[in-house]
Amino acid sequence: MRLGSGTFAAGCVVIEVLGVALFLRGFFPAPVRSFSGPEHHAETPAPEPSAGATSNWTNRPPPLFSKVVIMLIDGLRDDFVFGSKGVKFMPYTTYLVEKGASHSFVAEAKPPTVTMPRIKALMTGSLPGFIDVVRNLNSPALLEDNVITQAWASGRRIIFYGDETWVKLFPRHFVEYDGTTSFFVSDYTEVDDNVTRHLDAVLKRGDWDVLVLHYLGLDHIGHVSGPHSPLIGRKLGEMDSILMRIHTSLLSQERETSPPSLLVLCGDHGMAERGGHGASSVEEVNTALLLISSAFERKPGDVRRPQHVQQTDVAATLAIGLGLPIPKHSVGCLLLPVVAERAMREQLRLLHLNAVQLCRLLQENVPSYEREPGFEQFQKSERLHANWVRLYLEDSHADVLLSLGSKVRRQYSDALRTLSLALSAQGAHYDVYSMLVGAVVVLEVLALLLLSVPQALGATAELDVPLSSPVSCLLFYLTLLLLGAVHVIVCTSAESSCYFCSLAWPAVATVLALASALLCAVASALTRTLVGGELLRRNPAHSGPRWPELDLLLLLGTLGHAASLGSSSFVEEEHQTWYFLVNTLCLALGHDICRRCFPGDDGDRAEWLAGAAPTRPDKSPRHDVLDLDQRRKGRSSLDALRGPEKWMVLASPWLVLSCCRLLRSLNHTGVQWAHRPDLGHWLASSHHKAELSVLAALCLLAIFMLAHRRCSPVSRVAMALGLLGVYCYRAATGHLLLPWQRESKGISKGIVEARFVYVFVLGLLFMGTKDLLKSRVIAADHTHQPTGLRDLHGGLVLLAALLVRPHNLPVLLCSLLVQAVMTRFVWRPLRHSAAEVTAMHYWFGQAFFYFQGNSNNIATVDISAGFVGLNTYMEVPAMFLTAFSTYAGPVLWASHLVNFLSSDTRSGSALRHACFCYALLCSLPVSAYILLVTSLRYHLFIWSVFSPKLLYEGMHLLLTAAVCLSFVASDRSHAKS
Amino acid sequence: MSAGPFQIATQEYTMKNTDIKRLLYTHLLCIFSIILSIFIPSFFLDNFSVLETHLTWLCICSVFVTAVNLVLYLVVKPNTSTKRSSSHKVTRFLKCCIYFLMSCFLFHVIFVLYGAPLIELVLETFLFAVILSTFTTVPCLCLLGPNVKAWLRVFSRNGVTSIWENSLQITTISSFVGTWLGAFPIPLDWERPWQVWPISCTLGATFGYVAGLVISPLWIYWNRKQLTYKTN
Repeated sequence: MRLGSGTFAAGCVVIEVLGVALFLRGFFPAPVRSFSGPEHHAETPAPEPSAGATSNWTNRPPPLFSKVVIMLIDGLRDDFVFGSKGVKFMPYTTYLVEKGASHSFVAEAKPPTVTMPRIKALMTGSLPGFIDVVRNLNSPALLEDNVITQAWASGRRIIFYGDETWVKLFPRHFVEYDGTTSFFVSDYTEVDDNVTRHLDAVLKRGDWDVLVLHYLGLDHIGHVSGPHSPLIGRKLGEMDSILMRIHTSLLSQERETSPPSLLVLCGDHGMAERGGHGASSVEEVNTALLLISSAFERKPGDVRRPQHVQQTDVAATLAIGLGLPIPKHSVGCLLLPVVAERAMREQLRLLHLNAVQLCRLLQENVPSYEREPGFEQFQKSERLHANWVRLYLEDSHADVLLSLGSKVRRQYSDALRTLSLALSAQGAHYDVYSMLVGAVVVLEVLALLLLSVPQALGATAELDVPLSSPVSCLLFYLTLLLLGAVHVIVCTSAESSCYFCSLAWPAVATVLALASALLCAVASALTRTLVGGELLRRNPAHSGPRWPELDLLLLLGTLGHAASLGSSSFVEEEHQTWYFLVNTLCLALGHDICRRCFPGDDGDRAEWLAGAAPTRPDKSPRHDVLDLDQRRKGRSSLDALRGPEKWMVLASPWLVLSCCRLLRSLNHTGVQWAHRPDLGHWLASSHHKAELSVLAALCLLAIFMLAHRRCSPVSRVAMALGLLGVYCYRAATGHLLLPWQRESKGISKGIVEARFVYVFVLGLLFMGTKDLLKSRVIAADHTHQPTGLRDLHGGLVLLAALLVRPHNLPVLLCSLLVQAVMTRFVWRPLRHSAAEVTAMHYWFGQAFFYFQGNSNNIATVDISAGFVGLNTYMEVPAMFLTAFSTYAGPVLWASHLVNFLSSDTRSGSALRHACFCYALLCSLPVSAYILLVTSLRYHLFIWSVFSPKLLYEGMHLLLTAAVCLSFVASDRSHAKS
Repeated sequence: MSAGPFQIATQEYTMKNTDIKRLLYTHLLCIFSIILSIFIPSFFLDNFSVLETHLTWLCICSVFVTAVNLVLYLVVKPNTSTKRSSSHKVTRFLKCCIYFLMSCFLFHVIFVLYGAPLIELVLETFLFAVILSTFTTVPCLCLLGPNVKAWLRVFSRNGVTSIWENSLQITTISSFVGTWLGAFPIPLDWERPWQVWPISCTLGATFGYVAGLVISPLWIYWNRKQLTYKTN
């Protein structure tokens, strides 16, 4: 069967997406689990160890605290409480930290530092897998053993106010709750007032045991304006006063008869310097943790630096504080200062309970647990503990008991720490089999694409796909049989859980058949290439083509970028790679143009002149990238350019370079230079609203002028109104100022304005699609220029203008400007081949992805874009809008590529070449990255640097599949033939 | 008469061989000047080292290489074909100076476009531009003079007319490539002193220049049979 190379490439990318999905599922580990059933409550607690004499203390230790208030402030970074900001804005908390009866810690959150996994970590004490980020937006009920469920089961009355995520996680557990949705990031007062308004009544009633408050405002401020915004201080002051209210109320209600109450102030994650969170920088990971209770000793006032602990320790401490069993999957250890005032026997008992729980988890997750150092330490301390209990029961001397007891306590806490570390490391456990199957599929697709390059980029842009041969081929059946056998062997012998094994057998069979069919296709393509190569070698007339510098640069740049992904620094600073490559590309183009405009010696000039004679009036669509001579002749049109145009051609690379330099200083991303002041921050700060408004207005105007040249009047009007709507939307949300609106009005969500813009976006897209379909159905006049594609492009530009933050509008403008300049003065006059133009579009698309302020770090994803014009959280539109605003740069460049190639009527196969090249360019780094990540899976930075990038690559490949499919859809040459 | 062409060929061949020898010696002298610029200043200046007092080294290296190039140009006189008149010598020299400064500014602009800070570290960036100009523009000026057409000819494909121009092409391109590669270590998190802007790039340029100086005589010697130059 003959297939267009575009269709072939799109099919390949779709298969590759499947492979990458399988790989990702295997790569992100399942968290540490205990396999015993949920009948935990009936179990009796581990008895106190004793040697000789039997202990008389077998029941569970009593609760240490009668009431617990958990005040969770989203994004409470450690220095907001313990740093200079805390001293300035949180006077009461600072007083408690320095002089009050409290223990302060810096709790380290594990990445991903996103709210839902962090809540899970705080309540279950386990480490949620990285994959939980994806489920963050749609959190199902928490089924794991956790403190809230334990407390609920033991009859405590729990009240909750705050982030709705909790209500989804614990649907039946709260006797009273009021959830606020966390998705209107620009709102930071109402979300908190919604929590605080219940406070007075609840504190007065006192008919509860556990009160959970989750304040979202601080995190929202961080998302919108960063950790150095003046709003942060005000919010911290508000939080401080709330803390004081709760604390004084708790103190006034304490009775002598019942145990004291506990107030926990904590953050779920920190806040990066840019205001986001999700990754593993120090600012995002370190959160404040403050435990306040009258049971603690008052501090004399010496300011010590707070101790660093793990966030997972909170669950174990809370469980012990409430007299509950420690959650089964908890990998945390008890915070020793909390129990330091209790009797020695009780302290040891509690430590023993925690150690027994951790050891049980270790036994269930590590086959060779007996050799673990933590387990040995535990056994040693248990023996010492037993001796201590015997001495205690024999009424030994108090001093002896105390010194020996503190030794045992130290032993226990060392053992706990080692056990906790060993269990945390268990999280990095890969499902290698699924990874392998996914990687094999991806690599086979890449090999197939690479092997079909000569055919697919040939003149007709068609290739033979032997669809029938795999079915009849012996190799196919042999491979399938072999793979099936391997599958059965692996799945029956696997000790740990494996995703691919747990799939239903039709799915498995499909994947295996796909893998073996691909293998057959690769083998047949390989033999064809070898045979063809031999024929080529026998033909002496056909000398190897000489690569022009530009092609060499494009090839080496793409390969070099793929290779650079092996280094964590280059992944963190990938934007630098792209900026560097794009700059070099522009300089190379400048050099090329210069050489063409001023041909050096006379011989050269003669050659050009000869070429400039009316060449190729032939209509044959022959267009071969490898056929250089022909192209060289075609390229001579530069001499024909008139004076000013020639100078514009000469100046255009420099114009593009200056645009890129400007955008580069707009958003600093990455890690090393991200903290430098940049234009984007300057514009986004609240003091420069007027400047931002003027800039945004100018940008929108320029976008209108650039985006809709040569368009129908209807779409022009739609575009103009849409862009006006964008400005109104931003003015309504309080980002921009309207000239007639002096005093600042209340901030609204701008639903009406945003929907007004959506109407025009949809209208443009609809018109474009209609035109496209019409031209495909009629397909009579080849000369008819497709306006449909232009309308589609305009619709996408309008959508991007609505979704990107206002200070990023210059990025959008520059991308349109660069596209226009390059089209008019570089690609058209120099007649670059479709493959070259595609590679350049791909490079620019990648560079613009980073110009927008994105990075290979989850924190930079602008989730507020997902809620533009939506009243309530809707999963599908929100995800689509967020993805579009993140990938606006690459998408707009790809859409421009389609526009450019289909308006350029030089060759019918250009679009197919472009589609093939685009697929190849995207799948090359993905495949290389999958190999690199597999080999680096025990690297120190695998979770913090490499795995977010893997998610980005997966998303990018998905996008590429969509782009390739739309290339195929808009390819009109099918209709023609 | 029949032996004529053969004789000319052998003459050319021997001429070429002596030329290659001269080329090699001049290049060795250039390399020697760079090595000297590393070691001599430490006798006169306290705390001199290439990395710590990098800017001083840049100036000294630039001066040394320029001086050696000028001296070699005056001694060897490779381009006999260019006609010179003594009356224009001063204007010619001034023109060369202006060209040198212009190339420095052009390189500075290109570095800023590549992402060098615009306001901070201006001196560092400019000295980097100066050293790169020293490695590329100064030899061009010495050999070709302030003649843009000749430059364009040399740097277009098949435009070289002598081994001197050929070696010029090779050293210039390798200096640029060295500079380009020198930017690669900057984003790495090794925290080494030589990763600071612009040290890695200047070192890259120097290594590229030295590599070009070494490679070009060898390459020309290797390909001496295939190389035929048009005589203008």
